[in-house]
Amino acid sequence: MSNPKIRIRGLKKHFGPKKVLDGIDLDVEVGTGMVVIGGSGTGKSVLLKSILGLVTPDAGSIEIDGVDVLKAPAREARALRQQIGMLFQNGALFDSLPVWENVTFGLLAQKKLSRAKARDMAVEILAQVGLGADVAGLSPADLSGGMQKRVGLARAIAARPAIMFFDEPTTGLDPIMGAVIDELIVDCVKRLGSTSVAITHDMASAQRIADKAAMLFEGKITWTGPAGELLTTSDPVVDQFTHGRAHGPIQMALRK
Amino acid sequence: MKALDAVAWLGASVLALVEYIGELGIFAVSGVSHVFRPPWYPRQLGRAFLEIGYFSLPVVALTALFTGMVLALQSYTGFSRFGAESAIASVVVLSVTRELGPVLAGLMVSGRAGAAIAAELGTMRVTDQIDALSTLSTEPMKYLVAPRLLAATIALPLLVVLADILGVMGGYLVGVYKLGFSSGGYLNSTFTNLQTQDVVSGLIKAAVFGFIIALMGCFNGYRSRGGAQGVGAATTAAVVSASILILALDYVLTQVLFVK
Repeated sequence: MSNPKIRIRGLKKHFGPKKVLDGIDLDVEVGTGMVVIGGSGTGKSVLLKSILGLVTPDAGSIEIDGVDVLKAPAREARALRQQIGMLFQNGALFDSLPVWENVTFGLLAQKKLSRAKARDMAVEILAQVGLGADVAGLSPADLSGGMQKRVGLARAIAARPAIMFFDEPTTGLDPIMGAVIDELIVDCVKRLGSTSVAITHDMASAQRIADKAAMLFEGKITWTGPAGELLTTSDPVVDQFTHGRAHGPIQMALRK
Repeated sequence: MKALDAVAWLGASVLALVEYIGELGIFAVSGVSHVFRPPWYPRQLGRAFLEIGYFSLPVVALTALFTGMVLALQSYTGFSRFGAESAIASVVVLSVTRELGPVLAGLMVSGRAGAAIAAELGTMRVTDQIDALSTLSTEPMKYLVAPRLLAATIALPLLVVLADILGVMGGYLVGVYKLGFSSGGYLNSTFTNLQTQDVVSGLIKAAVFGFIIALMGCFNGYRSRGGAQGVGAATTAAVVSASILILALDYVLTQVLFVK
């Protein structure tokens, strides 16, 4: 039996009367790319934030490398989570810092390199995501949406993380830029040998960046399978979601 | 039925207030504890010091100068009715150092820097920048809150020293050049009645007000929700709550520092 990089069991989280996660079970094997799909407000971001420690679940376990980060001592849990790099949906770049400092922020925070070396390193990392050295000194506000995503990706890979999370990586981008970002994600994950978890509504993106897929519906993982089967599976929930059908088991709030 | 609804509303309001105070207390303790525990972020501290202290210099200076001038003029108008014009210099210096310097500087910095802190942290919250800090091995309370608390607590007394000087200078300008007092006589009257405790108590008040301004700015910004509207509401709440607390604490501190 293999030991998954991330193992989630019985994860529950509610906000007020609303159950967002209602017993999530999910395994992400070492070196694989997992994509979690599901409608808006179904708890995909809450799931990622729970693993990152940004949201405290009500119940369940989250194991990284076999250690339950919800029960482990704070220092150990923090060390385990430090191997996660995150690309946020809107980039979440720090407005007050130039691009190069955004990219190497985590390394500077951990005092792994001097500020002088950080700038050179940032230029190298920016090159890996297709951005030139001239971008390094700019403010995030001076960048287009696609460039901000690339800088966000550069920041996520700067510490060479063993696990990478991607929150809606192609949202707000045109299809071509979306495909470019997907290509960069695949390239970076492959080069670093990372395990990745992505959440997205974009089926083309899901199939490009992931090996396996999971459907989050009514607070539970209701289907898992190869990402390549997302559009062909007979599962009625996945079928309705991936083909964008108005009628099916997923009842939208507006229709009730 | 309406009476029960009113009781339920009252109960919910009290619970919400208790919860708010509890959250604020935990936030303050956490923020202060991070001031004393490494790692420290000197660049963030320097930046906060510039924003809260240095860039507030003009507004505090102008407020103090005009307040001293108005105080001298108003005192003269009132005191001349019963021949007590000679007390004007003492009234100006004691009013400015004990009360008006710290309170007006606090209110002006609250409107300028407190609002800016809440807006910046609120925007960082709703754009996931605070979450991003956590994922980059950085404790947001330590990086964002602790430097602002420390900077404001140090910067406001320094601003009040300036306010005290300019407030007295404003009174001097009006007293000497408009009301006809002699320069030496006005200054002599100013310093004869001024005691160390008057200045020190004002600086203690200023340090407390500085802490309150940064605390309310950080607290409201840090927990803002809901996009631009949420950031706007957080900014308003930061300024209003800090201003009310400054005025209320001014009374409490005056009671503690001066009433034997």
